[in-house]
Amino acid sequence: MRIPDSQALVLVLIMAAITFLVRMLPFLLFPGSKETPPYIVYLGKVLPFAIIGMLVVYCLKNVQVTQAPFGLPELIAGVCIVAVHVWKRNTLLSIGGGTLLYMFLVQAVFH
Amino acid sequence: MRKKALKAAFPHTLPVMAGYLFLGIGFGILLESKGFSFLWAFFMSVIIYAGSMQYAGIDLLAAGASPLYTAMMTLIIQIRHLFYGLSLIEKYKSAGKKKPLLIHELTDETYSLVCSCEPPKDVDPSLFYLFISMLDHSYWIIGCTLGALLGSLFTFNTAGIDFVMTALFIVIFTNQWLEQKDHRPAVIGVACSAVCLVLFGPDRFIIPAMISIALILTVFRRSLEKEASDHEDP
Repeated sequence: MRIPDSQALVLVLIMAAITFLVRMLPFLLFPGSKETPPYIVYLGKVLPFAIIGMLVVYCLKNVQVTQAPFGLPELIAGVCIVAVHVWKRNTLLSIGGGTLLYMFLVQAVFH
Repeated sequence: MRKKALKAAFPHTLPVMAGYLFLGIGFGILLESKGFSFLWAFFMSVIIYAGSMQYAGIDLLAAGASPLYTAMMTLIIQIRHLFYGLSLIEKYKSAGKKKPLLIHELTDETYSLVCSCEPPKDVDPSLFYLFISMLDHSYWIIGCTLGALLGSLFTFNTAGIDFVMTALFIVIFTNQWLEQKDHRPAVIGVACSAVCLVLFGPDRFIIPAMISIALILTVFRRSLEKEASDHEDP
């Protein structure tokens, strides 16, 4: 039996409220009406490059490199995506092709 | 004006469409299997709207977690969003009434698009960002609801489809790398995250990674800022 609707509703509302608060907090601290401190402007300029790097690692965080298949599907697909993207600069081709290649690798090669 | 902004925004969201539909469907199927109808999937995708959080939320709901534990888990999983707002303060400054919705719809994927996609010159930037955000959100809502409604009908092998998000971030990372002369912020982001992942493990690394990224960017501010302003001057 699952928990009653009322209890589930409380949990969902907590998840929603905290998620929104975390997303909102920087904008509350540095509202558009005021001059943003130079330090924050600086962070705004450099952070995106660091964060996308962090997100790549975040996506790959559960890859096991010490046991089969040693992260090979991710490595092969990742290298192909970068190579195709540097070559063709076509976002959809790189993402679509890379994902299909990865699916093929985990379903047919390294299963 | 609106139509133009929508037309400009739509192509950028296609990879997210593919990812969100499949991840959303996965979420819907899983949630439904725990005894929650498609109404819950719809409701959660509208008001929470966060991929990894909603997946974690299924476990919290299924286990009947306490409100305090739920709050703590949400905070830990979502804390990385602090950085997104921090780097969009200038970009969203003039968004006005659109701002609350832009903030609510700021997911990993939407953030990466807003950071990397330039609006056309004759389009209101905040309208362009709003359409990106709303399109992404609508894909997510459709995916989650569909998954819970017709989950059992999806029988083809979708293993590995979630790699589409990883692929999206890799492509954006590559784009930034090609466009940027100074690669240090990108290297700092990857290196700090990778080191923290090894040290703290997959479930605990994100907060140390954020702290170390912020620290290193702060310590090297003078040198990194000089490089950035050198690029602005022709």
